[in-house]
Amino acid sequence: MSAVATTVTAASTDLRFRYALHLGDTSLILAQRLGEWVGHAPALEEDLALANIALDLLGQARHLLSYAGEIEGKGRSEDDLAFLRDPSDFSNLALVEQPNVDFGHTLVRQFLIDAWQLELFECLQGSSEPRFAELAAKALKETRYHYRFSSGWMVRLGDGTEESHKRVQAGLDALWKFTGELFAPGAVDEEAAAAGLGPDPASLRAAWNANVEQVLAEATLKKPADVSYRWYGKRQQHSEHLSHLLAEMQFMQRTYPGAQW
Amino acid sequence: MSEQRKQWPLYEVFIRARSGLEHKHVGSIHAVDARQAIEHARDLYTRRQEGVSIWVVRSSEIIASDPGDAEALFEPAKDKIYRHPTFYSIPDEVKNL
Repeated sequence: MSAVATTVTAASTDLRFRYALHLGDTSLILAQRLGEWVGHAPALEEDLALANIALDLLGQARHLLSYAGEIEGKGRSEDDLAFLRDPSDFSNLALVEQPNVDFGHTLVRQFLIDAWQLELFECLQGSSEPRFAELAAKALKETRYHYRFSSGWMVRLGDGTEESHKRVQAGLDALWKFTGELFAPGAVDEEAAAAGLGPDPASLRAAWNANVEQVLAEATLKKPADVSYRWYGKRQQHSEHLSHLLAEMQFMQRTYPGAQW
Repeated sequence: MSEQRKQWPLYEVFIRARSGLEHKHVGSIHAVDARQAIEHARDLYTRRQEGVSIWVVRSSEIIASDPGDAEALFEPAKDKIYRHPTFYSIPDEVKNL
């Protein structure tokens, strides 16, 4: 009897650990990407706006990675998990590791993820695990602002000049193929849904689609055709971009282990 | 001309620190439209919980007094110090004045 109970607890601990990493890594990697704009954004105001969003995402990542470290019970801190894991241990969505390219690409990536996080956090508030529910309640407020910011830019750029329209459409065409993963089955988020930890990824699609289609129409942008899903960030299969991103992000801790300031 | 078009319009930002207080001018930001002006003001001026409400006004909409008129506008008040409420003794019961 007690042997059975122990097995169930162990499985659910492992699942909570992997789910926390999946969500935390997604926020962390996107925060790092946005951080690359600091000092380079087209205007001082945008520099700060992107850094603010990055800091919200970093806060989410800290909450989730700290929790992952706790339930793993091997003494790993949020920093250990962020700075000392290899690319093949990360389970962020492939979309968030895609390079910034230009402001148009960056905004499209942000918009597509914001629209997804809106639905995700809304549902995650009902998680059977209080730590996920707490995080979702806080993150949802942040995400509503992110979405307001990025959807505003989608319309402004899409329905702006010929050049801005061209660039944001190019970003959309390049990044659309990574959106399949947001709703695809067969990974940790589907397991988490079965255990009542979070929403079924497929269930988020209808609301996401409705929001995205409405903004794209207003922005006079053309929704690209769906392609069959082949990118499995949440199964820890990544593009080359993640390695480059982590090389930069982890450099200090790898070179000077345990360094603090 | 092209230089002018590159620069986004300027907005003046007013923040209300708490309910019940007035909005105070805190600075200015550039933005392409009114919605973005609110967003930029939020991102730049409320990062440290400075406020609960934001007003933005296009700087070009503000009508300012002419510094050349300063004498006519402000000097006449100089010799009317009786307008300051410093000639009243305040009863002890009155706090927060």
